[in-house]
Amino acid sequence: MKAKAETRGSGDSKIHQLASKIFAMIEQRVSYTLDSTLETVDSAEQAASRIATEAGFDDDEVMRIAMAVREAAVNAVLHGNAYDPGKKVSLAFEQTGDKLVITIKDQGKGLDPDKIPDPLAPENLLKTSGRGIFLIRSFMDEVVISATQTGTEIKLVKHVHGPSEGVKEASQ
Amino acid sequence: MSMKTSTRQVDGVTIVDCSGRITLGEGSVILKDVVRELLSKGQKKILLNLGDVNYIDSSGIGELVSAFTTVRNQGGELKLLNLTKKVHDLLQITKLYTVFDVKDDEAGAVKSFS
Repeated sequence: MKAKAETRGSGDSKIHQLASKIFAMIEQRVSYTLDSTLETVDSAEQAASRIATEAGFDDDEVMRIAMAVREAAVNAVLHGNAYDPGKKVSLAFEQTGDKLVITIKDQGKGLDPDKIPDPLAPENLLKTSGRGIFLIRSFMDEVVISATQTGTEIKLVKHVHGPSEGVKEASQ
Repeated sequence: MSMKTSTRQVDGVTIVDCSGRITLGEGSVILKDVVRELLSKGQKKILLNLGDVNYIDSSGIGELVSAFTTVRNQGGELKLLNLTKKVHDLLQITKLYTVFDVKDDEAGAVKSFS
């Protein structure tokens, strides 16, 4: 994928820029260990926004990714760790090829995703909570929730559609 | 930017001009307090102007729902005015767009209160 994009990029600055962004994404990983506070929620959102921008997502996609991360961080801080100062939230961003993988893990009792009521059901529409996971699923390409008795891990995946398409074109 | 509000009266309707972010924590608390205070003063016709609200999260959505039902349960009406595209889209995907009475013209919105 890499070589083909580079060949095409030499004659097309836009494709070249996109390809450069893909190269920048390859095998990069950054992780944070954060306190169970509201500041963590804001920090996670800001980090997601910055990293998604650097990864080449457009403004709308950056907003969706940042919001999904914010919602996952809210779940970790509030529902998982319940603001317990002795418990931490792990946040990791991994850029591999054409996708951004974000993992958020708490040290709570473990969330059972099957027990989350459907927020779109008529009887739940006027509930004041319970939309976080739904929004995360709406905004990300893949969402995997793994819960154990020692915490919940949520993995969010978003593909960089724009650059992927450019590379696809280049390979034809 | 955190959330800020200011209120004004137009023909018996209280318009709450909101700006910033309605999110978990301060933003949601401010909205809750404003609505609670208006109700305590008997002001039950409330128009939330969200024209300068550029971000809202699930907690903020929850707070809007809470405000809506609280006002309605006290015999009042709460409507939304001037949604930004982001907020509009969020209310669409959460199926709340048809639950709220959403307006895009202030004068018309004020007249719509019974």
